[in-house]
Amino acid sequence: MGYTKDQLLARLQELKIYFTCYDHPVVLTVEEQAKHVGHLGGALSKNLLLKDKKHRLYVISALAGTKVDMKILSQRLGLGKGGLRMAPEENLLEVLQVPLRCVTPFALINESASAVSLLLDQGFKSKQICYFHPLTNDVTIALSSSNLDKFLISIGKQPAYVDLEAAPAVGKDNPPDLAHLVPSGVPNSSEQPVENASHTNVPHHQNNVPKETEVKAIMTISKVQSKGAETSSKVDKPTTNTSVDKFVNDVFDIISPLLSEELKKLDIKEELSSILDGLRGRADPDLKSIAMTLKNASYTNGFHAGFKTMLHRGLNG
Amino acid sequence: MAAAEQGVDAARKEKEEEEEQVVNPWEVSAGKGGIDYDKLVDQFGCQRIDDALIDRIARLTGRPPHCFLRRGLFFAHRDLNELLDLYEKGEKFYLYTGRGPSSEALHLGHLIPFMFTKYLQEAFKVPLVIQLTDDEKFLWKNLTIQESKRLARENAKDIIACGFDIERTFIFSDFSFVGGAFYENMMQVARCVTMNKAIGIFGFNLEDHIGKVSFPPVQAVPSFPSSFPHLFAGKDQLRCLIPCAIDQDPYFRMTRDVAPRIGYQKPSLIESRFFPALQGENTKMSASDANSAIYVTDSAKEIKTKVNKYAFSGGQDSIELHRKLGANLDVDVPIKYLNFFLEDDDDLAHIKKEYKEGRMLTGEVKQRLMAVLSEIVARHQRARAQVTEEMVDAFMAVRPLPNMFG
Repeated sequence: MGYTKDQLLARLQELKIYFTCYDHPVVLTVEEQAKHVGHLGGALSKNLLLKDKKHRLYVISALAGTKVDMKILSQRLGLGKGGLRMAPEENLLEVLQVPLRCVTPFALINESASAVSLLLDQGFKSKQICYFHPLTNDVTIALSSSNLDKFLISIGKQPAYVDLEAAPAVGKDNPPDLAHLVPSGVPNSSEQPVENASHTNVPHHQNNVPKETEVKAIMTISKVQSKGAETSSKVDKPTTNTSVDKFVNDVFDIISPLLSEELKKLDIKEELSSILDGLRGRADPDLKSIAMTLKNASYTNGFHAGFKTMLHRGLNG
Repeated sequence: MAAAEQGVDAARKEKEEEEEQVVNPWEVSAGKGGIDYDKLVDQFGCQRIDDALIDRIARLTGRPPHCFLRRGLFFAHRDLNELLDLYEKGEKFYLYTGRGPSSEALHLGHLIPFMFTKYLQEAFKVPLVIQLTDDEKFLWKNLTIQESKRLARENAKDIIACGFDIERTFIFSDFSFVGGAFYENMMQVARCVTMNKAIGIFGFNLEDHIGKVSFPPVQAVPSFPSSFPHLFAGKDQLRCLIPCAIDQDPYFRMTRDVAPRIGYQKPSLIESRFFPALQGENTKMSASDANSAIYVTDSAKEIKTKVNKYAFSGGQDSIELHRKLGANLDVDVPIKYLNFFLEDDDDLAHIKKEYKEGRMLTGEVKQRLMAVLSEIVARHQRARAQVTEEMVDAFMAVRPLPNMFG
């Protein structure tokens, strides 16, 4: 199940992201939206869902007045000249989980949209207030681009601002400047079932449980995101092994053959393997102890860095 | 269960009749020949760990059983076989142990349950919760709350230095953690234990303050996974194994009695003997007598002095007599210590044989002991030096442990 507008707004409030909310009848175009909120002085956005030949999806969120040339964008992304087209309606409904004509950066809160790349118009930064749909067309929310950033970071997305009207030459000497924004791995296409139902339970826990769970919730989302990008790729997923036992064994596996070689040269009479085993037995407790210390110290540093990151973002807005 | 498990009450009566031993969480005193463990096991109603069980543990964990198991330091259990049956079928469990942080000075006897628990964590690949009962020490000793909390943190550092895996370990102090689901379980337990029962089990009397009487549930509920919702949410029936010294048995007798009544599983226990003081089995290792034990802060020189001067020897008074009669291994403290800390079975057997038959002298045995102890203490000190306040914070943070069974 995708997030509802109310769930999104509740989450924004929890993250202390300030926004104003305007209700209006359902609008299907930017012009219609302008009739209801255009006079309020903020910047309207137009949002496109584009798809490339490898079925990767992109949300382009631009100021209503910005000209978006899909051919140029396609080249800048390294997709060749005609690599981008408008995504079919099913992608909106299944991947972004928003109604038709309701493409919005906020749709990325859904795990199904974890592999979607978001390109934001640089122009948003100079506007005090920008208007977006919060998952439904009958509401517009107004917020600053820095608050939008705060939201994006909270769902594990790094905001990417781009000068959408720029048209740099792309060729041998000028590599595509937006290539880094192409999603890695193949996202869940509309043909594959989306297996993320279990994770949308996360927001409900947050109401009853202390702040620490918030960190857990955000970490779960970014973990699912990376899972989403990797599950469909055909390469073996690298796994980190944090076993101290394995580490110490690996160290011995490196040293043993080298030591064997040297001992052979010295013409040692005793059985080499028993010498090595003896050494191993004697070094084992100390090696394990220092390896565990290193592991615990590394975890500690990571833990505090993570904690400070969440704290820092919270205060800066 | 009730008939076999007598409480302190019965023990006290026996003591009056026969000058017998007293063993409960706050008092351990031996009769003439030292603690009679057979009698204790009978009295408490727990089981002895036999060779078959030790072999089973070795098979299930795929590694040699810990020295403390092989040499009989951890010698008794409750429901350990049942726990292993479930583990064999793929059902996990978690470990629970703790410390009452009454002093900053930790000696080897204090570290023993932690060294063993670390082995259990590694061997079975299961998570661990460690409770620091700073509230208990506040209630029983003349400490301020601030001091109790400070000691808890200091002790946490030595515990961490034993080599626990931060990905699988949660350390908490009662003053910081009690509340929420933990407190709810405390109340559930409290409601199931009458004053009479508490007096019978723990030896309280009407002059004791109510803080003492209401403490036992605090030490009972870490046995229940629902006390830690951030770790074991949805795993209400997860089993618990408690490694502890046998004097803690009363808490867990009470816990095991209450558990089924509130819909929880009974925790299993694996229990150790008492570690002898340097001066011999009849002396108690005391934090106030620096010479009764080897402290984790002792230098190699101090260890040498203590072992040479204070370790009670079973050797004869003169070399000639010794070569003739050999040593009395039953009372010799260096041999007892080597029994627990010298890993190599063959090495130990050799020393015992030579010493008993008079060919090896006390001095040599003590030399060996000094070397073994210095190594252990040095390793601990090195690890301890690397424990920062931030590391303690991380171990004690209420955080999920996603790799806890990995």
